[in-house]
Amino acid sequence: MNFEQLKAQRADLAYIAHWVAPRAHVLDLGCGDGVMLDYLQSDKQCSGYGIEIDDAKIPECVARDVSVIQQDIEAGLAIFEDNTFDTVLCLSALQMMKNVEGTLRDIARVGREAIVSFPNFAYWPHRVALMRGRMPVSKSLPYEWYDTPNLRCATIGDFAALANEVGLDVLECIALHEGKPVSFLPNWRGSLAIFRFKKKTA
Amino acid sequence: MSSPSALGIVHPQSMHFPTPLILQSGAQLAGYTLMYETYGTLNAARSNAVLVCHALNASHHVAGAYDDGDAKSVGWWDNMVGPGKPLDTDRFFVIGVNNLGSCFGSTGPMHDNPATGKPYGADFPVVTVEDWVNAQARLADALGIEQFAAVMGGSLGGMQALAWSMLYPQRLRHCVVIASTAKLSAQNIAFNDVARQSILTDPDFHGGDFYAHGVVPKNGLRVARMVGHITYLSDDDMAEKFGRDLRAGEYQFGFGVDFEIESYLRYQGDKFSEYFDANTYLLITKALDYFDPAARFGGDLTKTLAQTDAQTQFLLASFTTDWRFAPERSREIVQALVNNKRRVTYAEIDAPHGHDAFLLEDPRYLGVVRAYYERVWGDLNQAGGGAA
Repeated sequence: MNFEQLKAQRADLAYIAHWVAPRAHVLDLGCGDGVMLDYLQSDKQCSGYGIEIDDAKIPECVARDVSVIQQDIEAGLAIFEDNTFDTVLCLSALQMMKNVEGTLRDIARVGREAIVSFPNFAYWPHRVALMRGRMPVSKSLPYEWYDTPNLRCATIGDFAALANEVGLDVLECIALHEGKPVSFLPNWRGSLAIFRFKKKTA
Repeated sequence: MSSPSALGIVHPQSMHFPTPLILQSGAQLAGYTLMYETYGTLNAARSNAVLVCHALNASHHVAGAYDDGDAKSVGWWDNMVGPGKPLDTDRFFVIGVNNLGSCFGSTGPMHDNPATGKPYGADFPVVTVEDWVNAQARLADALGIEQFAAVMGGSLGGMQALAWSMLYPQRLRHCVVIASTAKLSAQNIAFNDVARQSILTDPDFHGGDFYAHGVVPKNGLRVARMVGHITYLSDDDMAEKFGRDLRAGEYQFGFGVDFEIESYLRYQGDKFSEYFDANTYLLITKALDYFDPAARFGGDLTKTLAQTDAQTQFLLASFTTDWRFAPERSREIVQALVNNKRRVTYAEIDAPHGHDAFLLEDPRYLGVVRAYYERVWGDLNQAGGGAA
């Protein structure tokens, strides 16, 4: 898979792909059908593993030649030693975790850098919905409050504070909307928040 | 009459090896015969061969049917291996081989010991998983297969596949290990010993020389099989299939068969004792108990699996309700492979059938294996060695 194919399929992933160095050893938490690792392996000679819990996604990863390990991320990343990975990806998955803090600490333990994305709860239509007295339902948060897999709602500001606490320094933070960066009022106009972290040096 | 298997009628073959085989114990087999079956066609590059290793009570008869009109003669992994099956015999040349010490035709305890002219009986040397793999490697040599596209097995068969990846790291490109473990737990060994004790204490066992007495230690074999069978099923599966259902609808207030589960286990035990050899059961359970490749590395599985080739890719699968070789056992192997930066895919299938699940049809399980062999096939053709 080349960059153009990635861009056509997943513009949000294409936007951050350059944050991963060529030949990096990568862990993709909640890798889904493995599209990001597929791209990183074939276009940037990266290696690594995907973690995915959904039965239906495992054969899709295999078909893409992605080494996928089926497990619940929240069961912990004990199978990985400290500092195993150059980059840990956790893209649009963290908001489904019960123990976000524990998972972030695990990410900081096994990786040197991390890229984490999640739906920005402070995106303006979400704010408008709340002003009207209803929980937001949008393209980036497409579920009703009673059946959403998204257990955690966070804003860009909230997340930076937690990351700092678990030992991660923010290298970059961007907000995307429809796969394009939003530079003006990102915490209002961005529906997807993406952080690039580096582990703090002791 | 249509064949009960998509693969149609298959025929077992045998090959004799006159060169002595030195065993792990230090003993040797002067010469031996291996039974095997092959399905599909070996390509010109001899690169599309897949070795399927069998578990405790199975054999070289992996797939297809024998020409005896008996539906029961269908191979033990016919849902996995055949034309259009996950391991597709239209693409791969699949080999099933019967291990030494077995009772399905390869040299075993019921055959004559050339040194005495009498059946080996209890004198058949204890063989290990590694010994089996060494014998299988000689068959591969004889068939002109330098490198397997994959070596695959479930349970004890998975141990053989894993052993292949360490003993002959250059000779396989993919290693498929299903519902297996890198070593037995104390509980596993305990169950095996109960099975062995039931055989060893059967008066008809005669110290393993029952052949000369014209008897079979059937009671020992029955109980051994009953114990083993319990460990193959999950608690839930047993509850679902049998519950507390009574054979006669009410208690009999005796020690005959009251419950359906008793009837089932006795039936399984009876059936098994009709065809399985008691000495073979002892040998195979010992091979299970002794398998522990990490022992040589102070129990460090990561160092152990560093013996594998960096190019070898792995597929592991386990089943959530398998308490014989639980998912945790597979995860240990995955972890050690990850530590060695090996390419490994791991599927943990949420299936209710316990250890037996590896032989059953589960679309998620078979789907992963199918996708994996698509990849093996893709690799093969990329390397330019695919079938014409």
